[in-house]
Parts: sequence; C-alpha cells; structure tokens
Amino acid sequence: MDYKQFEELASKVRVDIIKSVFEAGSGHPGGSLSCADIMTALYFKEMNIDPENPLMEDRDRLVLSKGHACPAQYAALAERGYFPKEELKTLRKLGSRLQGHAKMGLVPGIEMSTGSLGQGFSVSVGMALANKLDNKEGRVYAILGDGELQEGIVWEAAMSASHYHLDNLCAVVDWNGLQIDGKNDDVMTVRPIEDKFRAFGFNVISINGHDFAEIFDAFDQARACKGQPTVIVASTHKGHGVSFMEDQAGWHGKAPNEEQAKQAVEELGGEW
Amino acid sequence: MADKMATREAYGKVLQELGAEYPNLVVLDADLSGSTKTGEFKKVFPERFFNFGIAEQNMYGAATGLALSGKIVCASTFAMFASGRAFEIIRNSIGYTHANVKVCATHAGITVGEDGASHQTFEDLALMRTIPGMTVVNPSDGASAKELLRQVVAMEGPCYVRLGRAAVPFFYDEESAKEIKLGKGNTLREGKDVTIIATGIMVSEAMKAAEELAIEGIDCRVIDMHTIKPLDEDIIIKAAKETGAILTCEEHSIIGGLGSAVAEVTATNCPCQLYMVGQRDTFGESGSPEALKAKYGMTASDIYKGVHVLMKK
Ligand SMILES: Cc1ncc(C[n+]2csc(CCOP(=O)(O)OP(=O)(O)O)c2C)c(N)n1
Ligand SMILES: [Mg+2]
Repeated sequence: MDYKQFEELASKVRVDIIKSVFEAGSGHPGGSLSCADIMTALYFKEMNIDPENPLMEDRDRLVLSKGHACPAQYAALAERGYFPKEELKTLRKLGSRLQGHAKMGLVPGIEMSTGSLGQGFSVSVGMALANKLDNKEGRVYAILGDGELQEGIVWEAAMSASHYHLDNLCAVVDWNGLQIDGKNDDVMTVRPIEDKFRAFGFNVISINGHDFAEIFDAFDQARACKGQPTVIVASTHKGHGVSFMEDQAGWHGKAPNEEQAKQAVEELGGEW
Repeated sequence: MADKMATREAYGKVLQELGAEYPNLVVLDADLSGSTKTGEFKKVFPERFFNFGIAEQNMYGAATGLALSGKIVCASTFAMFASGRAFEIIRNSIGYTHANVKVCATHAGITVGEDGASHQTFEDLALMRTIPGMTVVNPSDGASAKELLRQVVAMEGPCYVRLGRAAVPFFYDEESAKEIKLGKGNTLREGKDVTIIATGIMVSEAMKAAEELAIEGIDCRVIDMHTIKPLDEDIIIKAAKETGAILTCEEHSIIGGLGSAVAEVTATNCPCQLYMVGQRDTFGESGSPEALKAKYGMTASDIYKGVHVLMKK
C-alpha cells in the first residue's frame, strides 16, 4: 500500500494546525502535531464515516479525550470536508464554532465536548456499550494523552471497558513523553504502560505513531481482536514536523509568532 | 510597581516569602505549576514542592494526609479542576476533618478567555461556601491577594482562595492592603444612595461604575467583599439600612455565589432591593477576556445599568 497520500494529508493537517493556532494567538500546537498522523489515519481511512451524513447510523465515532488537541481534529475534519477550511481561521474567536476546546453540536464531526482530561475516555466507554446494546456496527475510538493517563477516571474507564468486553472500543495513547510541567517521567510516571493496560484486561499494541504502515496495521489488529478492548500505545514526538517545537514541553500551550509560524509552515512544505 | 498584576502572580510571590517564614509549609500542584505560579515556590523550596501530575482528586486527598500530619498545605490547580473535579474529596476529606489545606485555585471565571467553556468556572464560590467550616476568599487585586494569602496561611483550617489568570489593576498598595481583614468587607468608597458589593476582579469594574454614576449625582458606596465566607453580615445589614438598595457583582454565576450569599443575609435581616451582576445561568465560550466580560454582562457598564434599575424602583 502507498502511504504517501496519507503523509501528504497529515502535512496539510499540520500546516492548518500551525496557521489556526497562529491566527488564534493561543492554543496547543505541541499535542496537536503529535497526534496529527493518528487523526489523519482515522478520518481518512480507518473510520466508517460520511462527511455528507455526519450523524449516519452505525458510523464510527472518535472522542478526542485530550481535548486541548482539537486544532488537529478541526484541521482533519475540514480537510475531510465536514466544514469549510476557511473557518479554521476563526479558532478561539468570539462567536466561532471552533471553540478552544471542542464543543459538541457546533461543527459536524465533533462527537463529544472535551477539555477536562480523562472524561472523554469514560464517555467513549458508554458509547461503545450503547453500540453493543443496540447491536450496532459502529466502533468507538478515543485519543488520550500520556499525561492524561494520570487521571484516576482513565483507569476506572479502562476497568469498565474490559469488564464489559468492549472489543468495539479502541483507545489510542499519544505517547509523546511530555505534559505541561515537563516529562511525564519527572512529573508523575505512568510507566510501565503496556503492563498496566494489560493488567486492566486490554489488548495492547505498541507502535510508532508517525508511521502509517504501523498505524493501519494496529487498527486492523484492534478490529480483529474479540472479547476485549484494545489500546494502541503510539510513540510520538510532541511538536512533530516543526523542528523548533519537537520534543519541547514549552510548546504545549503557546502560539507561534508570525516568523515562527511562517518557518513552521515552510518546514511542513505548506504555503504561507 | 507595575499598575497591573494577576492575582496568581501575587500568589507565586507570596509563596516564596511564606516558605521562608513557615518551615512546615508544603506546596502541591497538578501539572500546572507554571500557570498557577506554584513553580515560584518550587524554585526556592524544591524539597517542599510535590507535583501530583494530572490527578487532582489524589492531590487533594494527599493534601489532607499531609495536613493531618502537621503540614500547612497549599494545593493548586485551575479552579475548574479544584472545586469541580475534586469537590467531593474537598468536602469529605478536607472539610469534614477541618484539615489545614488551602485550596488555591487559579484561572477562575470568564477571564480564562480563549480556552472556553470547559475551563471557565462560575460555580466554585457556590460549591465551596456550602462546605461547613470552609473559609472562602476572592481577592480583587495583586496587593490584597498577597495580604489575604498571608492571613489564610496564618489561620488554622481549610480555605478556598480564588485567583485569576488575567492581570488586573491595583487599587490597594502595600500600606492600604494591611487594613484588609479576612472576614471583614472593606469599604472602598462611601456613599448613601446605593451600595455596590463586589468581589474579585469585579471590584475594579465597580469602582469605575461608581465614578460614572457620581458624575450623574448618584452616590454609590463600594464594598470589596473579598471574603465570601465567613461573610461580613454587619456591613451588609448596615448598607441595606443606610442605602436601601444593594447591587452585587461577581465573575461567577448569580446562582449560589456572592449575590446569593448577600440575599441570604438581607432576606432574613433587612429585606431590600437587590440587583445581581454575574454569569446568568449559562456556559461561557472562547473569546478574549474583555470581549467575554462585555458579552456576558460583567463590566462597569452592566453595573452602571443595574444601579439605574435599582434607582427607579
Ligand atoms: C482534568 C484536567 N486537569 C488539568 C488540565 C490542564 N491540562 C491541559 S493539557 C494538560 C497536559 C496534558 O498532557 P498530555 O495528556 O500528555 O497531553 P499532550 O502531551 O498530548 O498534549 C493539562 C494538565 C485539564 N485540561 N483537565
Ligand atoms: Mg503528552
């Protein structure tokens, strides 16, 4: 399979992340860039969705539990045709549909309002449970931050997901190693992560979260796994694709200035 | 001195001073030490600073254990996650045991701005003041925040201190701030026609409105109600009797906050006309702090209009 088209799409998503956060003057570029490939893989291939019919029965759903990374989700949704790309410029502005943390019901494709870490994963458990109850085909995907895993509710959700054998639920951990105050390992270690999820009854798959071959393969394995939920631990780099943002905790929640934004767009092969 | 400072800045500064004065002061945070300014304490006293990661409930539980073992604990995160996420732990572990934990919560209210509704807390004062024995403080500027935080750390027992993200103008200086007493409202301006009781960053808006109204010959008393609990009932009753009408203003829901607290006092002691300025039972949204204050009715001009409504009654 040729992954070049996905790499190109992901670059477009990254360019739009930079542009929209720059226009907003605030926001979270680091964790948006780290999950851009996963987001692209989900919206452009993995998920059974229809931008023309965003509330389609039996659709797959994505909950961005690490809600601060919504610039990546907005960029991917716009690229996929859910709403005009032009609107990305309004991010975080008064009256915009693109809230600083996504709000459900404003733009199509946003399945849950998130921003308070941990809660999205719990909600995705309920969605997966409902699909089971209604014999619906739809799968539920949740993207979590590695720092987010420190929240107790994440483990309460994990426990319930395996208790109810939610094999229609697939969590993806954006394992970028950083949170706001620095490295996860320095702030509050969440290791050993694979063993923890395994102990909670999960099918655990570890991949390079910037490699589309590995990402698609992991989603295939997740779909094939029966009787238990899957977690994909995706090793990533915060700020991936922008040299000066890469692996820097300082770019978690800071907008680039014009010069920086131009350089970032250039590095990503986009047009200013 | 700069003419503006965020109350969270004042928190970071005073923590460094208090750390030297109280060897048993420990400071906790939940992955927001740069934003809450507890990082300032960490710089000087790294051995007495503990980051609990993104796990607010555990942080307030552990804060209780530290306090029950003789420590004075200041534990910080955003107001949403302190008063909201950890509410029941603050109620049952900290409140019920009357533990010496100071819940110092930043980024309260609409002035969080662009992060939007999920981060804009309008419920914290309401939640916290329903906990028996909890002292609830909402400073209005950098100087008073420093002074009130000193008094909060000096007293025994649980406190909630509400701090803001945005820089706000000073109207206290070091000298005038010394006159501030926890539990006592502070009259910033005398007046006989109507009383404006303000808390937090709405105090500066109240002062602006009072100046406008003075030009029209309306003489407003302005009280900085920095302590929501225990509430200074005497100053409220006196204001109700002497001016006959009260306008409350807060960067918080009008349900359960300062307005409700004042209404509880006047309704049972000295019924008078009331007008409440604050968030009106709705969520916020993304935008600049100033634009949001205007859209959601929490500016000097909203106070001005409210006073006119009261004067017509
Ligand atoms: C319950 C809660 N606590 C705190 C925050 C503030 N906050 C926003 S992002 C963040 C760090 C997230 O780190 P991580 O999950 O690793 O995200 P990523 O590195 O992918 O951006 C924190 C503490 C929040 N949004 N919700
Ligand atoms: Mg991370």
